[in-house]
Amino acid sequence: MTTVAVKPATMAQALGRALRDAMTDDPTVHVMGEDVGALGGVFRVTDGLAKEFGEDRVTDTPLAEAGILGTAVGMAMYGLRPVVEMQFDAFAYPAFEQLISHVAKMRNRTRGAMPLPLTVRVPYGGGIGGVEHHSDSSEAYYMATPGLHVVTPATVADAYGLLREAIASDDPVVFLEPKRLYWSKDAWNPDEPRAVEPIGRAVVRRPGRSATLITYGPSVPVCLEAADAARAEGWDLEVVDLRSLVPFDDETVAASVRRTGRAVVVHESGGYGGPGGEIAARVTERCFHHLEAPVLRVAGFDIPYPPPMLERHHLPGVDRILDAVARLQWEAQS
Amino acid sequence: MTVMEQRGAYRPTPPPAWQPRTDPAPLLPDALPHRVLGTRAADRVDPDLLRRLYAELVKGRRYNAQATALTKQGRLAVYPSSTGQEACEVAAALVLEERDWLFPSYRDTLAAVARGLDPVQALTLLRGDRHTGYDPHEHRVAPLCTPLATQLPHAVGLAHAARLKGDDVVALALVGDGGTSEGDFHEALNFAAVWQAPVVFLVQNNGFAISVPLAKQTAAPSLAHKAVGYGMPGRLVDGNDAAAVHEVLGEAIAHARAGLGPTLVEAVTYRMEAHTNADDDKRYREDAEVEAWRAHDPIALMEHELTERGLLDEDGMRAVREDAEAMAADLRERMNQDPALDPMDLFAHVYARPTPQLREQEAQLRAELDAEARHHDDEDAHADAHSHEPEGNTR
Ligand SMILES: Cc1ncc(C[n+]2csc(CCOP(=O)(O)OP(=O)(O)O)c2C)c(N)n1
Repeated sequence: MTTVAVKPATMAQALGRALRDAMTDDPTVHVMGEDVGALGGVFRVTDGLAKEFGEDRVTDTPLAEAGILGTAVGMAMYGLRPVVEMQFDAFAYPAFEQLISHVAKMRNRTRGAMPLPLTVRVPYGGGIGGVEHHSDSSEAYYMATPGLHVVTPATVADAYGLLREAIASDDPVVFLEPKRLYWSKDAWNPDEPRAVEPIGRAVVRRPGRSATLITYGPSVPVCLEAADAARAEGWDLEVVDLRSLVPFDDETVAASVRRTGRAVVVHESGGYGGPGGEIAARVTERCFHHLEAPVLRVAGFDIPYPPPMLERHHLPGVDRILDAVARLQWEAQS
Repeated sequence: MTVMEQRGAYRPTPPPAWQPRTDPAPLLPDALPHRVLGTRAADRVDPDLLRRLYAELVKGRRYNAQATALTKQGRLAVYPSSTGQEACEVAAALVLEERDWLFPSYRDTLAAVARGLDPVQALTLLRGDRHTGYDPHEHRVAPLCTPLATQLPHAVGLAHAARLKGDDVVALALVGDGGTSEGDFHEALNFAAVWQAPVVFLVQNNGFAISVPLAKQTAAPSLAHKAVGYGMPGRLVDGNDAAAVHEVLGEAIAHARAGLGPTLVEAVTYRMEAHTNADDDKRYREDAEVEAWRAHDPIALMEHELTERGLLDEDGMRAVREDAEAMAADLRERMNQDPALDPMDLFAHVYARPTPQLREQEAQLRAELDAEARHHDDEDAHADAHSHEPEGNTR
């Protein structure tokens, strides 16, 4: 008997597979956005879907983000489950009005009579050498809007599992796709797609004892790399992948920090008013007596996303994370 | 011929096979608003329809007056009156089939009520107890919407979805003249035309967006002209002539139902009262202008038509007015009762699956309410025990 090696899938392919499986299972699932049809999206996530499901279910819309999301709202009102693609993070901003005033609020304002089960896929984050408006991390805006779930995968398996769950969810989900990881691969087997942990649960990607790195999306692999490098310093770092920013898994995060006594939050978006402030506050509220040092943040600078030739100075990298971990050791040294 | 040699409007030199998709002429609105009342066209209209429109007009005006009075008594936070525009409101409601959907703007309470909504439930947004006091599916009326024009793409999406499902449903979306300047107006019309969605847009051009007159809102010859650029017909109608609005909307809806796509209808009307009870319209318009419109009052137009043709007499008018009074009395009475509110409702409908964070906050509020209730009980017991003591000594 010969075993055929499974050809690993990229995150983009896993997302596409999730869309395809969701559309197969549920005829009310519709995919819409700019260039999602014949082209398969600029990142090819929707590759082949139009051919398989036809233009009525995989629709190349006019180029208008508010219109895309606004019409998706109406479609959801009539019982469909639209999955909307925003082409790039910063081009989702024209649709903010629809997202915040309607998508997030419709269930609440109609007292449950008119839920909007729709998914907004937003490729986000930098590190791909994109020009201005192609690298924003907009998660803090979404997190600040009650009524939305906000999730972001860091692994190929999560890309599949979380997207399936997002589409099946009766709540609107902003699904943030770390575009830097679109071409990443891991052990996920495309022949046996399965859902993983549900939305709302964080996962310890690497256990450790010296400190916890709390992170998500594109910064997860960076933190894992930092944890490997930290071994040389004698530090054994735990890495927690949040997976879901709303809802937030206080339990997993707090349990980890109580074990290690030290924490660094790592993300690409700016620190001021960013997700890290919220996370650090939550950790402090729950773990104050367990903390050996203040919760630190390693974030992007508080600047508009820089031009690509300078982005490596902006993005939190291994060295900056290790510097922060070193600062956490003050108590041990003194 | 080069581009420079072309006469008239600039058009890039087309490639050989290029054909203009449509001749814009049939899409253009007429120069003057379409009218029915007082013209021969009125003879064709079903007298029953005229009488129904009349009754709804009278009720609508009474509703506006009652709601405005309720703002003075503090029972409504705010009310944007549609007095003067009732013809548009009631025609929009009566022209729809039961299975169709209405997408109102914040001024369109009347249309929602004429479609069958409970008059009190239609006012909850403005009273402040609930954002939407009704189940939108029950009468197929989308939530009254305050961000301008954002409901228009919803109407397009819903109509599109209905057609995808094979349902024979049309959506009618209402918007003000000011709302036509919003990006969502443009995007909605464009999507509707590209998708040939069964949707009709009704612009109630009442002259003003709060204080800003139409001339500062658009440079287009008319708002109906905007349709042409999207590839849909534009129609201009006298917005004070309920029969005309009903007819034009009816044709547009039939067009949409037949799969021929959307229509943009501009109804030329006038807002007789201030923008809301909180507005001072003396700052931006002359009394004379308002007076001039009084001569073109939608109720008077209909009354004239009906009496001329012997379709309505004094008794008939009295009966309609009494009906309207009864509706107003009922509205007054029910609005004067305090709504029963449960604070725990704050958390009831944020998510289908509430977050752990919301569950914690819910528990916090529950504890606060329980403590408050205990405090009141104690206070009551204390007050009973010391009922002889002067007020104020009880904490
Ligand atoms: C997006 C948005 N901007 C501003 C406002 C505040 N606002 C409320 S009504 C109004 C004027 C609307 O005028 P128009 O569309 O002509 O409708 P009308 O009030 O005449 O019915 C404005 C500016 C709003 N509701 N929504």
